[in-house]
Amino acid sequence: MTNDHSNPLMQVSPATPGWLKPLRTAAAARYGQLGLPKLRTEAWKFTNLKVLETLAVKPASSGEAHPDLPAALAELDACRILIVDGKVVDHGTLPDGVEAAGLDADAPDWVRETVGTIASIENHPFTALNTAQFDGGIALRVARGKSVETPIHLVHLSTAGATDEAEISHPRVLVIVEDGAILDLVESHQGTGAYIRNTVTEVSVGADAKLGHYKLQADSREAFHVAMTAVTTKGKSSYDNFALSTGSRLARNEVRGHLGGQHIDYHVNGAYMATGDQHLDTSTFIDHAEPNCTSHELYKGVLLENGHGVFQGKILVRPDAQKTDGYQMNRALLLSPTAEINSKPELEIYADDVKCSHGATVGELEDDQLFYLLARGVPRDRARAILVAAYVDEAIDTIDREPVREAFRAVASEWMTHHVAAVG
Amino acid sequence: MALIEIKNLHAEVGGKPILKGIDLSIESGEVHAIMGPNGSGKSTLSYVLAGREGYEVTEGSVTFDGADLLEMDADERAVAGIFLAFQYPVELPGVTGMTFLKEAVNARRKAAGEGEIDAMQFLKMVRAKAKALGVTDEMLKRAVNVGFSGGEKKRNEILQMSVLEPKLCVLDETDSGLDIDALKVVSEGVNALRSQGRSMLVITHYQRLLEHIRPDRIHVLAQGKIQKTGGPELAHELEASGYADFAEAAA
Repeated sequence: MTNDHSNPLMQVSPATPGWLKPLRTAAAARYGQLGLPKLRTEAWKFTNLKVLETLAVKPASSGEAHPDLPAALAELDACRILIVDGKVVDHGTLPDGVEAAGLDADAPDWVRETVGTIASIENHPFTALNTAQFDGGIALRVARGKSVETPIHLVHLSTAGATDEAEISHPRVLVIVEDGAILDLVESHQGTGAYIRNTVTEVSVGADAKLGHYKLQADSREAFHVAMTAVTTKGKSSYDNFALSTGSRLARNEVRGHLGGQHIDYHVNGAYMATGDQHLDTSTFIDHAEPNCTSHELYKGVLLENGHGVFQGKILVRPDAQKTDGYQMNRALLLSPTAEINSKPELEIYADDVKCSHGATVGELEDDQLFYLLARGVPRDRARAILVAAYVDEAIDTIDREPVREAFRAVASEWMTHHVAAVG
Repeated sequence: MALIEIKNLHAEVGGKPILKGIDLSIESGEVHAIMGPNGSGKSTLSYVLAGREGYEVTEGSVTFDGADLLEMDADERAVAGIFLAFQYPVELPGVTGMTFLKEAVNARRKAAGEGEIDAMQFLKMVRAKAKALGVTDEMLKRAVNVGFSGGEKKRNEILQMSVLEPKLCVLDETDSGLDIDALKVVSEGVNALRSQGRSMLVITHYQRLLEHIRPDRIHVLAQGKIQKTGGPELAHELEASGYADFAEAAA
């Protein structure tokens, strides 16, 4: 299959049920207009996608072998839904209060009404591309007032063979947590070979509802990972998002949240750890539309070798959003002279009675801390790994759900042992 | 044979000569004190012995327990039995006291070809030693030295010393920043660790610490050299006359 260079990454359209047709048509047209983002596009100024323009791609075809989940995550008690190249392959018995549906001809009304209403195709070419091309996908709904004890774990996998063409897939997920319901959602992304995974996850959190949303991006080092998580929240709800990014050649983790009620507690945190020539981009947007809400954002980056981190965070406080309490911070640790970080924290405030702070720091390991560990007999490699793990822990500590927090900590610690200890 | 034998030790920091020919020998089980004015090279000597980067030895030798100390990295020196109690203990955000101690103990066990220490046994051992020094469980659960008072930091140093059981303890101005009560607790902790198989090098500006930790020998360090050596009575002479004589003598 050859590339359509006027519409890079576009492939033959998948089956489209009638209800989806208008949305798909609009999305395809929008993608045709937008094309791939260029560096001159402000939202992508630090992430160069030139390589994608000429990359030969083909639709994903499911291979057999899949990487295993990291042990700590595999041990987490959860209901696992296996999604290979965007298609649901298998799911265990769903916990009481949760229902699942496909985004196909049989999709129930609650799916049809919501898909495409949270993640906008307007200024987001990859969301438009996903909307035009997704094949499969899953929608989950937690019924009103239901408190779901067992986390749901979406296991995203891709297996691309050793070919010159990258396999592309567009996983699509919709999660609706109805009023007063509680859920913890884990997603993990892994694979082998060269592929592009362009995910869109739409999330709706009802009034008084609570959603923990924890993502591990450990995609293949040859892969491109583009993810849009679009969230809308209602009054008195809480949303706790955390992303641990260690994988892929180039990744963009974008989280956009609309705080559409009062007394919402909204958290987007994460840690990104890059080595080799990895490029890990975190972009967030928090839209404070109503008064009395709190948002908390802390990202921690660890960059080795030629690792490149990007953080772009914007908080918008609209005129009505008085008494907003917003905190935003990106901290990066550069462990090599050729590692790089671009930070762009941004506040746009139109209300006059708010408490907002933001910042960005860049640092290296402290010599005196390293020496203190050495002077107690801890070898240099181990000492570095301990200090870097402690650095990242501050972000991991924000994960509200304890077993998930410890699983993510173990995954991060494993990364330290492999990568930090190996660097002199 | 002496536990540590320092011969004609010269060292510089950032190209500036600080130690200008130190000769010092400590037998196993002995406690020596080094007294000296500010800027005499006291802390430099402690860092040189502990192997801190940036402290460059330009001449001389140090033999520790029969081995060439200057050929060893800082962590190897610690495993070999040198313990530096820091003048300014370092804060380690995110690393709990318990984790820190366990890492230090396991590094030694690994070097000795042993497996990791049993967690329960370790906890029991640390708690018993911590209790004697007034280090609470809560302090052990907190990040190392973060938010600790001056006295808590120093007690924490002595706890580490007691858990790691070194052959040579180098106490770098352990009395600085301590009130008289804290000084007593810390000194008692140090004295409890005095033994036949353990030597100590107590570095201090003031004589008061030596009222609590009685040394066998006292050396006066000034201008990067040991100017005088004597018994415990030397501390009192210095208390009376100050360091002025030595500064002049070397000038």
